[in-house]
Amino acid sequence: MDVFLQQLFNGFSLGSILLLVALGLAFSFGLMNVINMAHGEMIMVGAYSAYVAENWFEDLMGSSGFEYYFFFALAMAFVVAAVLGMALERTLIRRLYGRPLDTLLATWGVSLVLQQGARSIFGAPNVQVTTPPWLQGGIAVTGDFSMPYVRLFIIGLVAVCMAGVYVYLTRTSAGRRTRAVMQNREVAGALGVVTPRVDVLTFGLASGLAGIAGCALALIGPIGPSLGTYYIVDAFLVVILGGIGQLIGTVVAALSVGWLNAILEYQTTASLAKVIVFALVIAFLQWRPAGIIARRAAR
Amino acid sequence: MAMSARTSTLTSPVPTNRLLLLAREAAPFVIAAVLLFVVAPSFLSDFRQNLLAKFLCYAILAIGIDLIWGYTGILSLGHGVWFGLGGYAMAMYMKLQASGDSIPDFMNWSGLESLPWFWAPFRHAWFALPMVMAGPGVLAFVLGYLVFRSRVKGAYFAIVTQALALIMSIFFVGQQKYTGGTNGLTNFDELFGMPLADESTQHTLYYITAGLVLVVYAAALWMTRSPFGRLLVAVRDDEDRVRFAGYNVGLIKALVFAVSAAMAGLAGALFVPQVGIISPANLGIVPSIEFVLLVAVGGRGSLMGAVIGAVVVSWTKSTLSESYPDTWSYFYGALFVGAVVLFPAGIVGFARRMRDEAAHRLGGRTAGVPAAALEGRPSDAR
Repeated sequence: MDVFLQQLFNGFSLGSILLLVALGLAFSFGLMNVINMAHGEMIMVGAYSAYVAENWFEDLMGSSGFEYYFFFALAMAFVVAAVLGMALERTLIRRLYGRPLDTLLATWGVSLVLQQGARSIFGAPNVQVTTPPWLQGGIAVTGDFSMPYVRLFIIGLVAVCMAGVYVYLTRTSAGRRTRAVMQNREVAGALGVVTPRVDVLTFGLASGLAGIAGCALALIGPIGPSLGTYYIVDAFLVVILGGIGQLIGTVVAALSVGWLNAILEYQTTASLAKVIVFALVIAFLQWRPAGIIARRAAR
Repeated sequence: MAMSARTSTLTSPVPTNRLLLLAREAAPFVIAAVLLFVVAPSFLSDFRQNLLAKFLCYAILAIGIDLIWGYTGILSLGHGVWFGLGGYAMAMYMKLQASGDSIPDFMNWSGLESLPWFWAPFRHAWFALPMVMAGPGVLAFVLGYLVFRSRVKGAYFAIVTQALALIMSIFFVGQQKYTGGTNGLTNFDELFGMPLADESTQHTLYYITAGLVLVVYAAALWMTRSPFGRLLVAVRDDEDRVRFAGYNVGLIKALVFAVSAAMAGLAGALFVPQVGIISPANLGIVPSIEFVLLVAVGGRGSLMGAVIGAVVVSWTKSTLSESYPDTWSYFYGALFVGAVVLFPAGIVGFARRMRDEAAHRLGGRTAGVPAAALEGRPSDAR
């Protein structure tokens, strides 16, 4: 039972990271009909940002202020990934609107370049960051079931990001414009929304979120040039499962995939669990082709 | 029927003379046959010829991808799976031949006592060889039908197939006692009594592969010229209209997907005896998306483009990645971007444009243009 609870908890924290990644994908897909295969590399960029930030803090402050490097790392991951994402949108993706399959291939090329770039800068072997002291340890609930602070922190971080995105989309004028373009690009444009600006901003936000996800991942595992590829496919499955255009669908899908993976891994093996989750997603699409929450607006 | 009659007069160049027409159709085959069977063997070293044989396997696969992507507008990022399944079917046969009466070595290491039931029939060539194409074909049909039926299309379908590639590679790594795990299947001795290490066996394999490229090319050409081929293009250009005209679009797509998967399986089966190994690395995400690049560079919607792209890209990759292992990745990434942004119609599309422009400047007749416009049009399913 304890092991089962532990798996549930781990599944929850995995699902929350997936959510952060998938949210950005859902944005770029829902808004611009762009499949961004380089999204995974934004995770990688975020993770390396944590690594770089840690080294800077160690050099500059020694051990005194070092503890709080992670907050700086989060901000840095967001900014670096967002700028990279915006540059990508401006230079490449903008030329490919209306050709979703072509964006897929082109951004795959970009992801190859970014991965090789990371390999050239940081070397091929994995690197690691030290968990800040205040995140070490955990809450022991029962005998074998404990909740590590790191994972709790990640869940909290995702919750904060989600709240931020929700407020941005529903309470700010920029978010309102984003939703307008998502629902109907032509009409939004006709009403005076500068759609290219919305595109580039949203792309930046999506990439920034992936950067934060990467920063979070740096806490729980090694950082390597191909870090993003492990998460990108699962994140895409989450997007398909969740349906486009509604936050809540992505949330439900991400947590379901995280939990299913964790539970099935416990019941069977890790490799079999992946197969079963995939089969379940296909089966689910037979029942609800448009995902958990279908977009109601006509296209 | 009236529809297909009309389009066929559109594609065929001004029908002057039946014999001339036939000659025009047959010319690429004759040229390709001469190149493959006469020129290449006499000019290439054994090493280069073996390389070319491998690239020709990719050409078979690329023709299959072109059928679904260039003609039907379905982008599959999971063709490594079908390639791999065909390869594994062949490898299982060869592995059992190599093991004689005992079970394969890796099963021993993982503690299996007897041969699993699904391995047993692969002892026989009459089962293993058809399975090379039937296995991927049937699986692809079932999966394709389920997915297409629920109207998963375009980018969604691409992602589903990519997930399939990821999951299959993880699955094959995980089920070590049945699949050989990360190492895959290797250490084969012979194929139908011919020792694999012999140069003559490799030469035979080269000729078989080259012959099959021509057969697959002819089959694909026949298919695209048939009424079914017209339907494929119609599905690509306006799926809903085809559906409203009373066709079962899901079935059409599943069928062509299965044909394409069977071709990939054949390619995989020819590949394995040449390289002597098949492993999960052959059926993951990365090889799968590289297969698509072959067609993107060659020119989607043109079967000749698929073949040219397969040989040119593989050749470039093998030469450049040997000399510049690090910078190669940058070049490869740029190739993806360039093929999509600068040359969406690929090598063949570029050549056609040059030809048409030249013809235009000379003021000559442009009889071939309608065909080029219909076939070589870069398409993108939405």
